[in-house]
Amino acid sequence: MSEKYAIECRGISKRFGGKVLANDKVDLQLQYGEILSLLGENGSGKTTLMNMLSGIYRPDEGEIFVGGKEVFINSPVDAMDLGIGMIHQHFKLVDVFSAMDNIAIGTPGKRVAPAKLRTKIKEICERFGLEVDPDKKVYDMSVSEKQTVEILKVLYRGSDILILDEPTAVLTPQETRKLFAILKKMRDDGKAIIIITHKLNEVMEISDRVTVLRKGKSVATVETASTDELKLTELMVGHSVDLSIRRPETEKKEGVLKISGLCVDGSDGTRALTDVSFEVRGGEILGVAGVAGSGQKELCEAITGLMPFDTGSIVLEGTELKGKSPFEILNLGVSISFVPEDRLGMGLVSSMGITDNMLLRTYYKTPGYFIDRKPAKEMADKLIDKLKILTPGTETPVRLLSGGNVQKVLLGREIEAAPKVLITAYAVRGLDINSSYAIYDLLNEQKEKGVAVLNVGEDLDVLLGLCDRILVLCHGKITGIVDAKTTTKEQLGLMMTGAVKPAEDAANNAAKAGEEAAHV
Amino acid sequence: MSFLIKFIVAAVVAGTPLLFGTIGEIMNERVGHLNLGVEGMMSLGAIAGFMAAYRSDNFAVAIAAAFLAGAAGALIYAIVTVTFMANHTVAGLTLTIFGIGLTNVIGFYYLGMSENGTMKLPEHVTSQMRSISVPGLSDLPVVGELLFSYNPFIYIGIVIAILLAIFYNRTQAGLNVRAIGENPAAADAAGVHILAWKYVNIIIGGGICGIGGAFTIMITNGGVWISDCVGGLGWIAVALVIFAAWKPVNAIWGSFVFGAMRILKYYVNKEVIHIPDAFYDMLPFLVTAIILVIVSARQVRDKAQPAACGTNYFREDR
Repeated sequence: MSEKYAIECRGISKRFGGKVLANDKVDLQLQYGEILSLLGENGSGKTTLMNMLSGIYRPDEGEIFVGGKEVFINSPVDAMDLGIGMIHQHFKLVDVFSAMDNIAIGTPGKRVAPAKLRTKIKEICERFGLEVDPDKKVYDMSVSEKQTVEILKVLYRGSDILILDEPTAVLTPQETRKLFAILKKMRDDGKAIIIITHKLNEVMEISDRVTVLRKGKSVATVETASTDELKLTELMVGHSVDLSIRRPETEKKEGVLKISGLCVDGSDGTRALTDVSFEVRGGEILGVAGVAGSGQKELCEAITGLMPFDTGSIVLEGTELKGKSPFEILNLGVSISFVPEDRLGMGLVSSMGITDNMLLRTYYKTPGYFIDRKPAKEMADKLIDKLKILTPGTETPVRLLSGGNVQKVLLGREIEAAPKVLITAYAVRGLDINSSYAIYDLLNEQKEKGVAVLNVGEDLDVLLGLCDRILVLCHGKITGIVDAKTTTKEQLGLMMTGAVKPAEDAANNAAKAGEEAAHV
Repeated sequence: MSFLIKFIVAAVVAGTPLLFGTIGEIMNERVGHLNLGVEGMMSLGAIAGFMAAYRSDNFAVAIAAAFLAGAAGALIYAIVTVTFMANHTVAGLTLTIFGIGLTNVIGFYYLGMSENGTMKLPEHVTSQMRSISVPGLSDLPVVGELLFSYNPFIYIGIVIAILLAIFYNRTQAGLNVRAIGENPAAADAAGVHILAWKYVNIIIGGGICGIGGAFTIMITNGGVWISDCVGGLGWIAVALVIFAAWKPVNAIWGSFVFGAMRILKYYVNKEVIHIPDAFYDMLPFLVTAIILVIVSARQVRDKAQPAACGTNYFREDR
C-alpha cells in the first residue's frame, strides 16, 4: 500500500442545524489508481461527505489530506485547484450552451479559441474512449451524452481525483457498461475514483475497495474481491437481510385495463407514443422499461386523462376513458392512482402537511362549502401508523420528510382510494434499500388484492424481480412485452435501445390485446 | 427623402433612453435577476443627472452622477435580492415606486427654491450635449445626417451595447456570466464567483439605466425639469429586453423602432389620416403588449429568457 493517499479523511464530522449529525468521525482513504465504492443508505451521509470534498460544505471537525498534505476546501474552486472533480447526480450543465461552452465555463485564464478547444477535447476523448460532439447543444443530448460532458468538464481541468454521485441511475445497461470501461481506463491511467451507487452488482463489478457508511459513521472498508452483495447489504443496514424481492403468485383477472392503438403527441408537438396496444390484468404488476423519455410519461398521463389523445382507445372494465377529464375519470368510479415521476412536483404540495395533502384527494366528497379536516386527519394518522412514516406530525410540511417517507405518503394516499388500477412511475427513485422494499411490499399487497399495477421503473433488476410481465418502450413504440421470469437484463437493454425487433410472441400479445379491445 | 431622414434621426433620438434602459435590464437578467426597477433607476438617474448638470454646468459630471444614482438604486436591489434572497418582482416594483417618488420629491423641493418656479439647465452644459459635428463626415449628404448628427448620449449607448455583446460572446468572463443566468448551480460547481458577478452586473446595469433617465430630462425635455420625466419608458425597456432576445445588439435597433413609434404622431399628415394623438401615445405600449404575447408563445430555446431568471440561488439548497 502506498503511503501517499489521493484523499485521506480523518475523523470528519458535520452537523446540520446543531442537532443532526450527518457525518460522525468518518474515515476514508482513497489511493491513486483505484476505484473506491462508497456505499450506504439514504441519509447515511455519503453525499454530505462528498460535498465536503468538493467544497460545497465545510466540515465541523476532522482533517482532510490530499496527496499527503492537509488541506482546507472552502469552495468548489479550492477543490478544483486540488484536482478534485465532482460529477453530480443532477447534471450541472447549461442547456442552451454547446458541450464545448459547458466545458469552458469557469476555466481560469482567457477564453480558449474554439478550434483549439475542439482539438483538446478530441485528445481527451481519444485517450479515455469518450464520444462527444463538441458543438452539440446540451438540450439536444441524451442523458448519457450529458454525463460524458460532465466527465469531460472534470478531465479538461486536469483533475486526477474523480467523484461520481450515482452515475448509473439514469443509464441503460449498455451505457453503464460503456461508462465502466471508461472509468477502468481512467483508473489504469492512475486516477483516483470514488463512485457512489445504490446498486450492489455495480459495486462488485467496478470497484477495487468498498467503504460502507451507516448513519453517518464509516463502519467498514473492505476489498471488493473478498466480499459479496449480501455481506455488503448487512454492513449497510446493520442486520441480516433477505435481498430477494417477493413476487407472489396471484390469480389474474382479464380485462381490467385495455389499451389499443394509442397514439399520443408529447407536449412539444412531436409524436410521443405510436400505436401502443397492451393489457394490464388484475392481480399483476406490469413493468414498463425504457430509456428516459421513451414515452413513459405520456403513457401514464394518457391513462390518467392528463394528456389528451386522438387515436386509439383506453378501456377500463368496459368504460372508454378517451375524452374524459381526470376528474371525470375519478367521478365515474374509475379509480386510477397515479404516482408521478416528480413526487413533490406533481403528487404532493410540498409546503402542506400530510393532512392537507390527503384533503386534495377527498375534499370534494364532503357536501357544503366548508372542508371537514377530521377524516383527512384520521387518514393521515392511519397512514403514519400503518406505513411507519417518520414525521414529527401530521401538519409538518412534506418537503421536510425524507424521500422514502414522502413516497409512502403519496403511495399510501393513492392506495387508500381503493383503486382498480394503480400506476406508479419511478416509485423507488432515490430511495434506499429499506424504503424500497417497503414500497415493493405495498405494490405486492395491491397486486394480491387484485389491483392492476402498472409500474414504470428504471432499475432493470428490480423490474425483473418484482413484475410479472415487462413492457419495453423505445422511442414511443412497444418493442416487446416479455415474461419477467424468463428474460434477462441484457435482452431488456437491447430492446430498450430498439436493437432487437419485438419478439414474436410479444407481437402476438400486442395484436391480441388490440383485437380484444376492439370488440369491447 | 429629407423628410424620411428627419424621421429616422428623430426616431433614433427618441429611442436612446430605451436603449440605455434595455441594456441595463439585459445585464440584470443575464445574471438571473429580473429587475422591475428600471423605471425607478432611470428616475433616480434623471434627477441626479439633472441636478449635477444644473449645479456643476458640466456634462461629464452629469453623466457620472446619473450613473452613480442608478447604480445606487441597483445596489439596494442587489443587496435585497442577491444577499437576502428576496423575491425579485417585489424588490423590483418597490425600487420603481421608491425611485419615482424620491425623484419627484427632490425635484419638487428644488423647484420651490428656484426663482421663478422653473429649473432650466444653464447654457454651457446644453452646448456640451448638443449634436456633434465631425468635420467632413457630418457634411456628407444623407450619411452625414444619419450617422454623424447626434448628441453624445447616442454614441455612448451604442458603444456600450457593442462592448457588452463582445463581452458576452467573446470573453471567458462573459461566458461565465451567461452561465450564471442560465444555471447558477452549474456555474458555481465550475468555480465561477457568482455573488461578485451578480453584484457587478446588477450595479453597472443600474448605472446604465440611470444614464437613460438623465437623457429623458436633459435632451427629450430640453433641459427643463418636470415631474415623472421618465414616463413609463422603463417599462417599455423591460419589454424590449424580451423583444431583443436578451442580446445587446438587438437592443440597438429594437429601441430605435420603438423610438419611431413615440414620435410618429409628429410625422403623420393630420390632414390625411385622422387619428387622435392619444392613439399614437398609446402605440408603444400597445405594441409592447402584442410583442410580449407573441414572444412568450414562441418557443425558441436560444432566444428564451435566461433559464434561472427570477430565481435566487443558494449553494447549500437541496
